[in-house]
Amino acid sequence: MSGEFEPLIIGFTCNWCSYRAADMAGTARFKYPPNIRLLRLMCSGRLDPTFVLKAFREGADGVLITGCHPGECHYIEQNYKALRRVLLLKRLLGSMGLNPERVKLVWASAAEGGRLAREISSFVEHVRALGPLGWPQRAMANGRYAAREEIEEVPA
Amino acid sequence: MTSANGKRQIPRIGVYVCHCGSNIAGTVDVEEVAKWAKERLGEQGVVVAKEYKFMCSSLGQELIAEDIRKERLDRVVVAACSPHLHEKTFRGAAARAGLNPYLCEMTSIREQVSWVHTDKILATEKAKALISGTVARVREHSPLESITVPINETTLVVGGGIAGIQAALEIANTGHPVYLVEREPSIGGHMAQFDKTFPTLDCAACILTPRMSEAGSHPGIHLLTWSEVEQVEGYVGNFTVSVRKKARYVNTELCTGCGICWQKCPKNVLDDKFEVGLGYRKAIYTPFEQAVPRFPVIDRETCTYFEKGTCKACEKFCPTGAIALEQQDELVSFQVGNIVLATGYDLFDARRVPQYGYGRLPNVFTSLEFERMCNAAGPTNGDIVLRDGKTVPKTVGIIHCVGSRDRNYNNYCSAICCMQSLKFAHLVKERTGAEVYNFYIDLRTTAKDYDEFYQRVLEEGTLFVRGRVAEIIDGAQLPGGDERMVIQVEDTLAGCQRHIPVDMVVLSAALEPRADAGEVAKQFGISCSSNGWFTERHPKLDPVATMTEGIFIAGCATGPRDIPNTVAQGSATAARVVSYIAQAELALEPIRASVAEATCSGCRICNGLCPFNAIVFHEDRMVTEIMTALCQGCGTCVAACPAGAITCTGFSNDQVIAQIEGMMAVAFQPEPV
Ligand SMILES: Cc1cc2nc3c(=O)[nH]c(=O)nc-3n(C[C@H](O)[C@H](O)[C@H](O)COP(=O)(O)OP(=O)(O)OC[C@H]3O[C@@H](n4cnc5c(N)ncnc54)[C@H](O)[C@@H]3O)c2cc1C
Ligand code: SF4
Ligand code: SF4
Repeated sequence: MSGEFEPLIIGFTCNWCSYRAADMAGTARFKYPPNIRLLRLMCSGRLDPTFVLKAFREGADGVLITGCHPGECHYIEQNYKALRRVLLLKRLLGSMGLNPERVKLVWASAAEGGRLAREISSFVEHVRALGPLGWPQRAMANGRYAAREEIEEVPA
Repeated sequence: MTSANGKRQIPRIGVYVCHCGSNIAGTVDVEEVAKWAKERLGEQGVVVAKEYKFMCSSLGQELIAEDIRKERLDRVVVAACSPHLHEKTFRGAAARAGLNPYLCEMTSIREQVSWVHTDKILATEKAKALISGTVARVREHSPLESITVPINETTLVVGGGIAGIQAALEIANTGHPVYLVEREPSIGGHMAQFDKTFPTLDCAACILTPRMSEAGSHPGIHLLTWSEVEQVEGYVGNFTVSVRKKARYVNTELCTGCGICWQKCPKNVLDDKFEVGLGYRKAIYTPFEQAVPRFPVIDRETCTYFEKGTCKACEKFCPTGAIALEQQDELVSFQVGNIVLATGYDLFDARRVPQYGYGRLPNVFTSLEFERMCNAAGPTNGDIVLRDGKTVPKTVGIIHCVGSRDRNYNNYCSAICCMQSLKFAHLVKERTGAEVYNFYIDLRTTAKDYDEFYQRVLEEGTLFVRGRVAEIIDGAQLPGGDERMVIQVEDTLAGCQRHIPVDMVVLSAALEPRADAGEVAKQFGISCSSNGWFTERHPKLDPVATMTEGIFIAGCATGPRDIPNTVAQGSATAARVVSYIAQAELALEPIRASVAEATCSGCRICNGLCPFNAIVFHEDRMVTEIMTALCQGCGTCVAACPAGAITCTGFSNDQVIAQIEGMMAVAFQPEPV
């Protein structure tokens, strides 16, 4: 295997749409890189922003959050609440010195296995370009300002 | 996990890795994964780790059950396919061995690993990571009891086409009451418009009308026509539904359906619904002769009285004084335990294919127009004639797949149009002796007796041209042309272009989801596929249920299908509903949120977050409570509570955090040795 940086990504999925999209991607044999590990929640609304920070703290380089399309939430409208939280979280990450682009929100219905596979692939590439976050290592080295990364040059 | 005396106990976890034949084992080194789990997750409490060819088989399940008994396992992790396929299977196996089923968890190493990745080493490491996460998660589990809700024995059926009629009759025949809500003045749906039905050529009315009147007079069926569901609240077993009964302006207590009113009504209106624009009705009308119920409705939009304030011919002539021009819409509300949605389909608007000239060339007809024309009770009394109402065509072209199997409109096959086109070819031959051309892409005659019907139509001398019609040209525009149209098509069997002059064209238009299917789905809390049809819980194994407990779907609302299939689905929903009713109560997933009152600060941040109104605030004690029966377990309030007072079974903070830690404990690729 090459020495190229391989990002690790945690993906939060909603039980009703995106987890089933992942099922469908599998059934249809759509390929995507193995850099992502999916964790099932009942709804994107369950996503506590702490979970995202926890993933970074454990060494994730990116976090993908997926849910039903607006208007299609199994729980009627909870994905809007997820959207609000993710927008807020991204601002918070920025002020903590983490590149907000390490977090991405994607809508995928149960029928969109192909779309989910494509979104995962492109997010993996995007995080690869951002480079390693290495929060645990930074925490060891820098103490308080653990997470701060250089985010001036954000690749497009 | 904590024991009764608060001491942390070491769990005894069994990990089971499935080969799924070669589905998983072909890409994931399952032996290595099992070995690794035993060695490296021992500290986490893994005492057994095994791999097996087919975990879901009875032998596989027995393997797990035996370990639960012999090894005293108190947690089980099955790494196999998606939990959406087999979670129930493995939880059942655990329960049979005496373990609380909610202490058994699955992780998907097929759909999420072996089927989507190709590199064996990386796939194996990912499988380990997923298992590690699930082991960490399952350690935090506690036994759960499923929640039971009582099932109200009344059922709501929405849509009175053949699917809804069938469902309503089957349920009502078991002695349980049904509300059948239909938005049109009569039940019957599309089938009421047809003349003959393939492949047996039974007369549609002869087989449908008895069913309609049975439904109309059944003591157990409460028919609400000219009505629409306005609101649905609640959950399986106990929905509260409110229905808007649109004003008919006819007192149904007094009306006998004698028909004098619509004979006397002076206002003729083009009927663009039932007669698809080929015939007329009055401002007070029933859509067709055998309508159920027999009571007419007044169409406010066209009635002279509602327009000008005078006329009242119907009121004058009604022998029973049933006309009620002051009537208002009425809201009725009732409770039901289950709901069947059988809202059917819309016909594709053929104007969207401009090169076929529908709406511009008078003698291009849609399939539904043609059905009405063939119908003896229809606008032409069953005569197949051109738009002038008298000329019998000498040549007829029938075009398949209009708006179906076409990436510009709908990718899917509309399933019924091949047979419907063959039926039309037969009817034209039988009634006019005209020459008939069928233009098809593929002929799909797969159901029982369908191909025999095709053979029969072939023998009758119908001509078949394989190819998608490029254009229907107005003959008058062609040099030397006449009033006939010219069908231009590439004959893909002969490999040549053909120009075929015809007098009449029939477009076999696609079946499409109802224009409001998305809104209806939202109202009832179910989902639609990307094409817009209602989504079934499982396309193969649970085709009439939806993701929402207590909501079932039947007929063309789930996708294009013929009448036999539609009726079978109607019966299937009835069986499902009656089985729920017979169980009297239903066990629901115990994934619910609850508030620790002692921790709740009374901030009320969570109060506005629940779409199911499960969160209530007690002003007196200044604390929030979650009503378990209403909570659907989404977890949104859990994530919002700043005091950490709300927790959610199955997805507590501890469970999710542990899973993240577990997943991240395995590197992307194995450490070099
Ligand atoms: C031209 C043509 C010819 C055909 N010929 C044949 C044939 O010969 N043999 C055969 O097997 N199949 C045939 N089919 C297929 C057949 O039409 C369907 O299989 C069948 O009608 C489907 O019945 P359904 O009850 O699902 O839907 P529908 O017949 O569409 O009934 C749905 C009902 O629900 C009502 N509704 C809709 N939305 C709501 C709402 N929100 N609230 C309340 N009520 C609502 C509608 O008003 C309607 O009454 C043909 C189809 C076409 C287009
Ligand atoms: S958010 Fe938490 S603390 Fe605030 S009212 Fe709701 S349960 Fe109580
Ligand atoms: S978990 Fe969801 S459904 Fe349950 S009370 Fe909280 S917001 Fe409502």
